[in-house]
Amino acid sequence: MRLAAKTAQRLAGLALVFLGVTFVIYLAVFALPGDPVRALAGDKPLEESTVAALRVKYNLDLPIWQQYWMYLSGLVHGDLGSDFKGRPVLGLMATRWPVTIALALTAWAMEIVVGLTIGVVQALRRGTVIDHGLLALTVLASCVPVFVLGVVSQQVFGVTLGWLPVAGVRDGWPASYILPAAVIAVFGLSAVSRLMRGAMVESLSADYVRAGRAKGFGPGRVVGIHVLRNSLIPASTYLATDLGYLLGGTVIIEGIFNLPGVGNLLFEAIRTHEGPTVVGVSTALIVIFLATSVLVDAIHVGLDPRLRRA
Amino acid sequence: MTGATSNAAQPTPPPGPAAAPGPLVQVRALGVEFDVDGQNHTAVRSASFEIGQGEVVAVVGESGSGKTVTALAMLGLLPGNAKVTGQIEFEGRDLLALSERELRAVRGRRVGMVFQDPVAALDPVFSVGYQLDEVVKLAEPGMTARRRRQRAIDLLSLVEIASPAKRLGDYPHQFSGGQAQRIAIAMMLANSPRLIIADEPTTALDVTVQAEVLDVLRAVRASSDSAILLITHNMGVVADLADRVVVMRAGDVVENQPVDALFTQPKAPYTRELLAAVPRIGARGGADSAPGPDVADPPVLGIHDLVVEYGGRLRKRVRAVDGVDLHVAPGEILGLVGESGSGKTTVGRAVLGLAPVTRGEVAVNGHDVTTLSRRGRQAVRRTVGVVFQNPATSLNPRFRVAQAVIEPLRVLGGLSRAEAAERARELLRSVGLDSRWDDRYPHELSGGQRQRVAIARAVALDPALLIADEPTSALDVSVQAQVLDVFRELQARLGFACLFISHDLAVVDALADRVAVMRDGRIVEQGGRAQVLAHPAEPYTQRLLASAPVPDPAVQRARGRARLALAGKTI
Repeated sequence: MRLAAKTAQRLAGLALVFLGVTFVIYLAVFALPGDPVRALAGDKPLEESTVAALRVKYNLDLPIWQQYWMYLSGLVHGDLGSDFKGRPVLGLMATRWPVTIALALTAWAMEIVVGLTIGVVQALRRGTVIDHGLLALTVLASCVPVFVLGVVSQQVFGVTLGWLPVAGVRDGWPASYILPAAVIAVFGLSAVSRLMRGAMVESLSADYVRAGRAKGFGPGRVVGIHVLRNSLIPASTYLATDLGYLLGGTVIIEGIFNLPGVGNLLFEAIRTHEGPTVVGVSTALIVIFLATSVLVDAIHVGLDPRLRRA
Repeated sequence: MTGATSNAAQPTPPPGPAAAPGPLVQVRALGVEFDVDGQNHTAVRSASFEIGQGEVVAVVGESGSGKTVTALAMLGLLPGNAKVTGQIEFEGRDLLALSERELRAVRGRRVGMVFQDPVAALDPVFSVGYQLDEVVKLAEPGMTARRRRQRAIDLLSLVEIASPAKRLGDYPHQFSGGQAQRIAIAMMLANSPRLIIADEPTTALDVTVQAEVLDVLRAVRASSDSAILLITHNMGVVADLADRVVVMRAGDVVENQPVDALFTQPKAPYTRELLAAVPRIGARGGADSAPGPDVADPPVLGIHDLVVEYGGRLRKRVRAVDGVDLHVAPGEILGLVGESGSGKTTVGRAVLGLAPVTRGEVAVNGHDVTTLSRRGRQAVRRTVGVVFQNPATSLNPRFRVAQAVIEPLRVLGGLSRAEAAERARELLRSVGLDSRWDDRYPHELSGGQRQRVAIARAVALDPALLIADEPTSALDVSVQAQVLDVFRELQARLGFACLFISHDLAVVDALADRVAVMRDGRIVEQGGRAQVLAHPAEPYTQRLLASAPVPDPAVQRARGRARLALAGKTI
């Protein structure tokens, strides 16, 4: 009973967030100054009657709340609308998502493997040169802006060394994705490593660790099972949240590496005032963020039995 | 293979006590030094003592005496910056000379350990069943999963966890502190170790729960021939369980005697001091002063039908305080006693306006703080002083000692800088801190000194009422005795009324005029100190009094036998 009530409450909250955020985006795209019809025409002069006809065609003559309502009812039926060239937004995204998902998951895997490893090594070698060196390295790397990192790595690994393709997806996964994924993973993995190091240092000095040693357990069991399992809680929470950001936040990198992903699509749509596409992509991203926030809670409860309530 | 010798010795069952001559453990000239940032700190100077087969040896001493360090040294569990010298001979081998690998074979299997904080000593993210299974697996590598599970259930029932099979899947936080400690003991018993080291096993527990854990340890001792090394600062626990007592002070053993002799004829002056400092119920004697004209005076604190509830709309509401009536007359000390979760601290917080009062009245000098405006509440709070349990966290670490006392005098008392400084000096002298301490920071002070500063600060504005929440519970007994003296002296001089909240009946007996006993948010008994503590009417009060171990081995033995017989326990 309690669980059902809690779930219902949670879902209601998510729905409210969804409505609020999509409405704000809708408002920002369609109600703010800047006429999409005129933008569509570019520099060419348009007849007033043509403008009016286009307005009616795209429902731009209706009040904003009515437009939003129509958009929502479309959503319920899986219809994200069409852009001004008449192409369905869903179809536009369909070809782009695989690229973005591949990029995000590759970056995510790097964060998990490299970030956690660095954190564990730092915690186990606490206070040594290795610890300080890795800390300096991760802090430094996460301070460099993503576009600088992107361009420099293109130059070094793509042009000078020629190890990996400079841009585009012609070489497919993994070759085309390694470099851009590494660049976006840098920030996340330094956060993951710091979280992991902190949690693990704390866990290493916990009473149950001493108690475990007193029971005669070897380091494999004490550190490998008990310390690790306890230390993973904060890093996992961060990682789950970060997956949402990776899926939505690859605009700059997709631009630099010329990857035809969703970020690229969004950027193009904003540049060309393709309102329906902007709203469509944003809506998809909101759903992803909401989904990851549910995932974070589930992971948290799954890892920490203290949060479970009967 | 360095582990070969120890492994070879493993499978053969240990010889019985009759076959093994000499003591089980011989500690010879043990010394432990810690290297802290290049500076050597001596924790144990030169400790020598023995533990006989099946003997219960208590190592007592105050914090910093080196008792826990001694125990950790036996299992090689000291941190890396420790330098250990001397010998600890156990079953014919010097534990200090063993490699980490050899030690691992000793830990758990031959020497088991129980720690102070039972909930923290269990891993929070694994079920109790899993953690028991780990231990059983290590103890009996060949066992099938099904038999291991049965063994885990048996171990839990051994330490009297109700419906053990159902509770295997539960996590440590789902058990009470006392249950968690018994589970920790169960894990240790999986190996039937020859030596059990119990480091303050009941310090974190309430008295009634402490009694249960001591019962389990006593039963273990009665049914096996394991020796127990009991580390404690509680003389009552020593009297309850020990055969022999080793008294440590500042890293040295100052006395080593059988338990009865230690309590009746302590040799070392320090032991005598230590025993004298232990508060004992009934030591104060006397009768309750007849309720005189005080009763006519309006009470400084009047609490009527107080209800405090925590929790909100969606979470379940928890009633922490449930219809409490209390009053404290001018110049009176009311001892409010109870176990953890009884709501005693919440009552104190309600007086300070720090708890959500659902219903009822809390009147300080006739002003009901629950209905006053914010400004009015602040005015009332000015007449109430507070001393909390932990002075380390209730003093601002960036304020010097004098500043800590000057602050309320300046801000609330409106004194000039010079006046406040002068008054602060007086106050600090009156709690026994001379001028050397004025410019120190809290971290440079000992716990007792910090609590003196907290008391000086609390009485700085000459409050009509002082709320003291477990002010001596974090302190060693001898320090506690000094702080209580200071407190009593100040109270007699300044004449403030006091709500003294404590779980320690002996401390309350030594200090209070009247006593109120709380349980589950209600006052179960209230009356004059001598009457409540010497002739308790309520069964709960009687049980509290009977559970608190008395520093007298003869009394504790009689009580223990009675309890054991009553429960028909054997392990």
